[in-house]
Amino acid sequence: MDFSDSPAEAEFRARLRGWLADNNPGLPASSTSDEYWAGQAAWHQALYDAGFFGMSWPVEIGGHGLPSVYEAIVDDELATAGAPPRPSLGYLVQGILHHGSEGIRRRLLPGIVNGRDRWCQGFSEPEAGSDLASLRTTAVRDGEDYVITGHKVWTSYSDAADWCLVLARTDPGVPPHKGISAFRVSMRQPGVQQQPLRMINGITREFGEVLFDGARAPAADMIGEPGEGWRLAMTVVSHEREPGELGYVARYRKAVKELAALVAGSPDDYGPEQRRELAWAMVESEMLRQHVCRRLSDRLDGSSGGPEGSVDKLLMTQVEQCVGHAALSVGGAAADDDTWLKLYLYSRAQSVMGGTSQIQRNLVATRILGLPAS
Amino acid sequence: MDVRLSAEQRALRDTAVDLVDSLRPRSVADLGDSQRTAKLDAAVAATGWRSLREAGADGGPYASAVEAAIVAEELGRGLADTAFVGPTLAAELRRLAGAATADGAETVATKSDFSAVALAGQPATAIDGAGAAAALLLAGGELVQVSLNAPAEPLDLTRPHVPIPRDAAATPVGRTLTTDALTKWTALGLALTCADLVGVMRGAIALATDYAKVRRQYGAHIGSFQAVQHLLADAVVAMEGSRSTALHAAWAVDALPADDALATAAGAKAYCARAGRTVCETAIQVHGGIGNTWECLAHVYLRRALLSIDLLGGVGPSLERVLAGAGHGLQ
Repeated sequence: MDFSDSPAEAEFRARLRGWLADNNPGLPASSTSDEYWAGQAAWHQALYDAGFFGMSWPVEIGGHGLPSVYEAIVDDELATAGAPPRPSLGYLVQGILHHGSEGIRRRLLPGIVNGRDRWCQGFSEPEAGSDLASLRTTAVRDGEDYVITGHKVWTSYSDAADWCLVLARTDPGVPPHKGISAFRVSMRQPGVQQQPLRMINGITREFGEVLFDGARAPAADMIGEPGEGWRLAMTVVSHEREPGELGYVARYRKAVKELAALVAGSPDDYGPEQRRELAWAMVESEMLRQHVCRRLSDRLDGSSGGPEGSVDKLLMTQVEQCVGHAALSVGGAAADDDTWLKLYLYSRAQSVMGGTSQIQRNLVATRILGLPAS
Repeated sequence: MDVRLSAEQRALRDTAVDLVDSLRPRSVADLGDSQRTAKLDAAVAATGWRSLREAGADGGPYASAVEAAIVAEELGRGLADTAFVGPTLAAELRRLAGAATADGAETVATKSDFSAVALAGQPATAIDGAGAAAALLLAGGELVQVSLNAPAEPLDLTRPHVPIPRDAAATPVGRTLTTDALTKWTALGLALTCADLVGVMRGAIALATDYAKVRRQYGAHIGSFQAVQHLLADAVVAMEGSRSTALHAAWAVDALPADDALATAAGAKAYCARAGRTVCETAIQVHGGIGNTWECLAHVYLRRALLSIDLLGGVGPSLERVLAGAGHGLQ
């Protein structure tokens, strides 16, 4: 049991630290500014080109084939340098890795990993949120294509995306979760319209909604078998719950560091309540860092994707919202700068996105504690 | 970085699980069964666990704080009513003070609010005093020993503490402890109380979950109601977060410089202390009226948690240590 770096890990850490000293783009936090979203693609490509992205993914798709703990080192160093977090694509990659054919994996994944192909995820719909299996978007076979019709919402990065991973109903005659298939659909075609959603903190570049009206996807771009869409979605959302996959630790630690610097810069301006909120944000973000180390180490045995993901999602949410409260308390009152207010407001979404906290608690109770389903 | 337990550490944990499960109290009435308590005490003595932090040939401890934490967690889970944290901290004090190994059963004394090691001449309490004839404290920085005579007081029904009079006669046993040594010792104490709290949380969750699976109301098991499920799910989440901090704190005791080890342990303690109390309160709530009776083990978990929370600093003092550890004038 050892939290310290092996010689190879230490060498990697030093190399990354050196690179970051010269290559930190200094973007604002993703949660507070559209400027981050405008610069995200370039940051992704720079990280990839320098050899610091997709550390634990297979070499064939552009990853480095290293143990998952290297992802924790990347997050550590990004936070220490005050650099933007790594783009959160792991769940998409895992979904295609687990369910795509060999051909699909080789054709689609390298472009996702190297940041040249931008993807968004078309899962949720206005009438299908937590109850995802009730989705209404349809895909109907027409020659060599499928024709897609429906309305997707909470589609992250839809404005910048070249492609969308769409869940659509291909068989209305079977139980809801058995008739769903997954497709790669081009966002650059006449049958696709997307519009940004303005979130409670004012940002417009992260989330959008997408209307598919007769959009076409080649049948060869179905990911997995017909009817495998639900299982693919479950793989994606289980990884979407893992802080190790998302790299959010770096985002939280960066914010805490900046808040600590504010208080340290003029200690007399901050009272006991603000110092207490800051201290809790330090404790919580450090907890998540160690928790990710624990989970990533467990993966050395080959385990991942179980119901523990729901525990991790709830822990991650608690951390994000604790950091949000510290941001509100320490930085939120500044009349001339609403950055911290925005960060706080953004934190409220964490208990909803990727499966609400209520749903996660149901999963922990039934699948970990073995309590009977209600 | 690989924070999985080693094969030896897993074997130690398995041994601790077996020993605790064969001799732990399974009801409040069991706490008064002196034959069982004597067997448990003898079994723990035979393992040598209380000597893990005694000096080996090189002056360092026989085992790292991680091994001690593995034992502490399982003893907490099983409400083991035998001494461990006290004697382990006493052995650590003797090692750090260059003193010989204790002759008889010995523990440590803290200030009477449990917040720090006791100083001679001030109100003090020997913690984890089951079977102990003497306790260690500091007199002008020097390590001294006092005999224990007063009757034990049970806040924690599994680990009685014993008041020490201000004028208790003290015998010198070791040289003056350095600031660094005391910092390390405090980090070890915090890490072990975190491990105990994680174990207590696991035990309390198991107790409440088992009850929710058998208790019926409105014609259904109460564990099928979302309101009850969400209470227990939150308890699991709090325990898992605590476990990650406690593991890291135990590793840090021997792997990091003293100040960093203390800041790490303090962060873990703040987290585990808050979680520990809430989780034990949840266990009482899930039991309903029964949970508020003396006969339900839920309050035994809560009482044990309360002592571990206070020991060497609970939430408030730990958060202050976190701020101090971050430097930059935050203290």
